[in-house]
Amino acid sequence: MCVVSMVAVDLEGPYEPRVRRADLGAAGVTSDLGRGLQGSEPSAPGDSEAPPYRMFRWERSIPLRGSAAALCNNLSVLQLPARNLTYFGVVHGPSAQLLSAAPEGVPLAQRQLHAKEGAGVSPPLITQVHWCVLPFRVLLVLTSHRGIQMYESNGYTMVYWHALDSGDASPVQAVFARGIAASGHFICVGEGAKGTWSGRVLVFDIPAKGPNIVLSEELAGHQTPITDIATEPAQGQDCVADMVTADDSGLLCVWRSGPEFTLLTRIPGFGVPCPSVQLWQGIIAAGYGNGQVHLYEAATGNLHVQINAHARAICALDLAPEVGKLLSAGEDTFVHIWKLSRSPESGYIEVEHCHGECVSDTQLCGARFCDSSGSSFAVTGYDLAEIRRFSSV
Amino acid sequence: MSVRTLPLLFLNLGGEMLYILDQRLRAQNIPGDKARKVLNDIISTMFNRKFMEELFKPQELYSKKALRTVYERLAHASIMKLNQASMDKLYDLMTMAFKYQVLLCPRPKDVLLVTFNHLDTIKGFIQDSPTILQQVDETFRQLTEIYGGLSAGEFQLIRQTLLIFFQDLHIRVSMFLKDKVQNNNGRFVLPVSGPVPWGTEVPGLIRMFNNKGEEVKRIEFKHGGNYVPAPKEGSFELYGDRVLKLGTNMYSVNRPVETHMSGSSKNLASRTQESIAPNPLAKEELNFLARLMGGMEIKKPSGPEPGFRLNLFTTDEEEEQAALTRPEELSYEVINIQATQDQQRSEELARIMGEFEIMEQPRLSTSKGDDLLAMMDEL
Repeated sequence: MCVVSMVAVDLEGPYEPRVRRADLGAAGVTSDLGRGLQGSEPSAPGDSEAPPYRMFRWERSIPLRGSAAALCNNLSVLQLPARNLTYFGVVHGPSAQLLSAAPEGVPLAQRQLHAKEGAGVSPPLITQVHWCVLPFRVLLVLTSHRGIQMYESNGYTMVYWHALDSGDASPVQAVFARGIAASGHFICVGEGAKGTWSGRVLVFDIPAKGPNIVLSEELAGHQTPITDIATEPAQGQDCVADMVTADDSGLLCVWRSGPEFTLLTRIPGFGVPCPSVQLWQGIIAAGYGNGQVHLYEAATGNLHVQINAHARAICALDLAPEVGKLLSAGEDTFVHIWKLSRSPESGYIEVEHCHGECVSDTQLCGARFCDSSGSSFAVTGYDLAEIRRFSSV
Repeated sequence: MSVRTLPLLFLNLGGEMLYILDQRLRAQNIPGDKARKVLNDIISTMFNRKFMEELFKPQELYSKKALRTVYERLAHASIMKLNQASMDKLYDLMTMAFKYQVLLCPRPKDVLLVTFNHLDTIKGFIQDSPTILQQVDETFRQLTEIYGGLSAGEFQLIRQTLLIFFQDLHIRVSMFLKDKVQNNNGRFVLPVSGPVPWGTEVPGLIRMFNNKGEEVKRIEFKHGGNYVPAPKEGSFELYGDRVLKLGTNMYSVNRPVETHMSGSSKNLASRTQESIAPNPLAKEELNFLARLMGGMEIKKPSGPEPGFRLNLFTTDEEEEQAALTRPEELSYEVINIQATQDQQRSEELARIMGEFEIMEQPRLSTSKGDDLLAMMDEL
C-alpha cells in the first residue's frame, strides 16, 4: 500500500521535539508507519520527563462517504462479536452513513439513510443516529428535525416512523428530536423546541419483533431541548435509578424505568449545556460545554468528582461497562480515558486518568469504545471524512 | 437548526467582504474619493433599515449559492464592478475567513464578539458619514437585543448551524497557509495551547468531594495541551475591548490575497454527496432572495460618475486564467451529479453483503426556478 505522509517537526524551545502529523487522508494507514508519530502529545512546558508510555496506537481509518457534521454524540457503534463485525453510524447532515467493518477496520458495506421528508420545504437535517440493544432485538434509531425513524439493525427496513408535532408552527417553534437510548424493552427519545422552553422525553414500547411500536409515555421534566439520554440495566433492585436525561441548560433528570417512568432526582445545571451523559453502576458521568466532566451519585444527586478535562466543549462520552472505563472527547481535539471506581472505605466515587490522545486539528464530534473491555475506540471529527480508530498495544 | 443564524452569518461575511474590497481598492490605486464612495454605498445598502428587518426575521439558513447572489448584488451597489472570477474569489475568501473565525471561537457566544469586531471596523470605514454610522449603531442595538439574552445552549446550536453551512469547504488561502493557520490540505490548525475560553478552567485537575460537598482530594493529570487561564472577558457593549482578535482586519495593502483552487479533489466524494440530495429549496430560496433584495435600496449612479472594474487578482490575465481553470465542483453556477469511483466500489462490496439501494434523486435541472436563479446570477 502506498502511503503519502506529510510530517512537520516542531522544535519549540524548551519543549521536546513534537512531530505533528498532517492529515494522512482516508483509506488506511498501517500502524507500522504510525508508531511513534500518531496522536501528537506535546509535553507540558518545563517537563523534562519522557512522554508517558503510549498505551494506544492509531489503527487503520475507515473512510466515510461524507464528512461528519458538527453535532454532539455523532458516532454510534454496534459490536457484533458473534459475526466478527462492527457497525458504525455517523451523521453527515441531511444523510447518515452506516457502515460495517471487519475486525482490522476493513470496510465491508455502506448504506446511507435520509431523514423522511415531512411538511415544509427545508431539507431535514439528522441530529443523531444510534443503535438500541433491546432484550430480543436491535433497532437503529434516527432522529431529525422532522421526527424519529426506527429501522432493523442493518438499516434496510424502516419499522416505525413518528412525526414530531410541528404542524403549522412557525420556524421559531419547530421541534427536533435528539437523544436516544434503550431501557429494557423501551426506547427513549428526547425532543426539543427551537427558541421556546420545551424538552420532553418520548418513551416507545418495543415488541420482541414486528412493527407494532407504540408511544407509551411522554415525560416532562426538562424545559430546554434534550441533548442526550443514558441508561443501564436496573440490576434487579427496586428503587434504583436506571436512566438519566440531559439538556441544553445542563439540567440532569434521573429516572427509574418501568410501565411508568418515575422522576427520582433533578441535578441542576450551571449555565452551560450538558451535551453528553453516561450511567454506570449508579454513577452519572456528565460532560459539559465548559470542558468539565462531573461524576454524581445517581441515588442522591450529589456531586462527588469534578474533572477539568477539556479546554473546549465536550462533544461525546462513552462507557466500557465491563471495566468501568469512561471515554471523553472534546472540541479541543483531545480524547481522554478515565477509570471509574468506588473507594473501598467510603464507597465514594473515584476516578483515575488513564490516557490522553490528541487528534490533530480535528474538532471531534463523536467517540465510542469499540469493544466492551475498552481496549479500542473510534472517533469522528467535523469535516473529517473518515472514522479514526485507536487500539491499545 | 437554529433560526437565528442568518444575521450573524450575513454581517460577518459582509465584514470580510469589505475588508477585502478595501484592500484591493488601495492595492489597485483607486482614487481615495472613489474608494470611499464605493465602501459608503455598500455599507449603507447593507445596513439599510428595511434590509435589516428582513434579515433579522427568524428563518433557516439558505444555501451558499443563494447567499452569494445577495453579496454579488451588494458588491455592485456602487460604481464598482467585478467580473465573475473576481466575485468567485471574493466569496471564497469571505467564506473561508469566517469559517476560520467560527471554528476558532473559544466559546460559542464569542461569535457575537467576532461580529462586533467586524462592526467596529466597518464604523472606521464610514467615520465621515453620520447617517450611515447611525444605521450601524442601530444594528448593534438589534444584535444586543436579540443575542444578548441567549443561553450558552442556544449559542452552541448557532455555532453548529454555522459549521454545517461551512462543512467540506477546504479552499486554501495563501495568507492562511503563510501564517500557518491552515494546513496544506486546506484544514485549519486547531492549536492546543493558549488561553482557555472565558468560563472554562485549565484542564488537568480532578477534585473529589464527600457527601457534604467538601473537597476531600485533589489530583492533577497530564492533559496534553499547554493552556493558560483566560485573561478577561471581551466586552459586549457598544464600545469596549473585545479582547478577541478574530474578526478584526487582517488584510493590508502589502498582503496579496490568493486562493489555491487545486488540492480540493480529495473532497470530491463529500461534495458529490451534497449535490445528490434533491434541492427542494430552489423555490424557497427564490422567495428569500426576493424578500431580502427587495429590501435593498440600490442607489442609482448619479451624475457622470464613471464606473470602474475591480480585480481581485494581480493582473487581468490571472483573472481570465482563474475563470477558465476553476474546478467544476467549486463552481457556484451548476451543481453536478457525478458517479464517482466510490459509488462503484460500494456497489461491488454491497453485492457481497446483499441488497443495495442506490439513492438516485432527480435533479431539478430544467425547472423554471433554476432559470430565474441563473438570471439573478447575472444581475
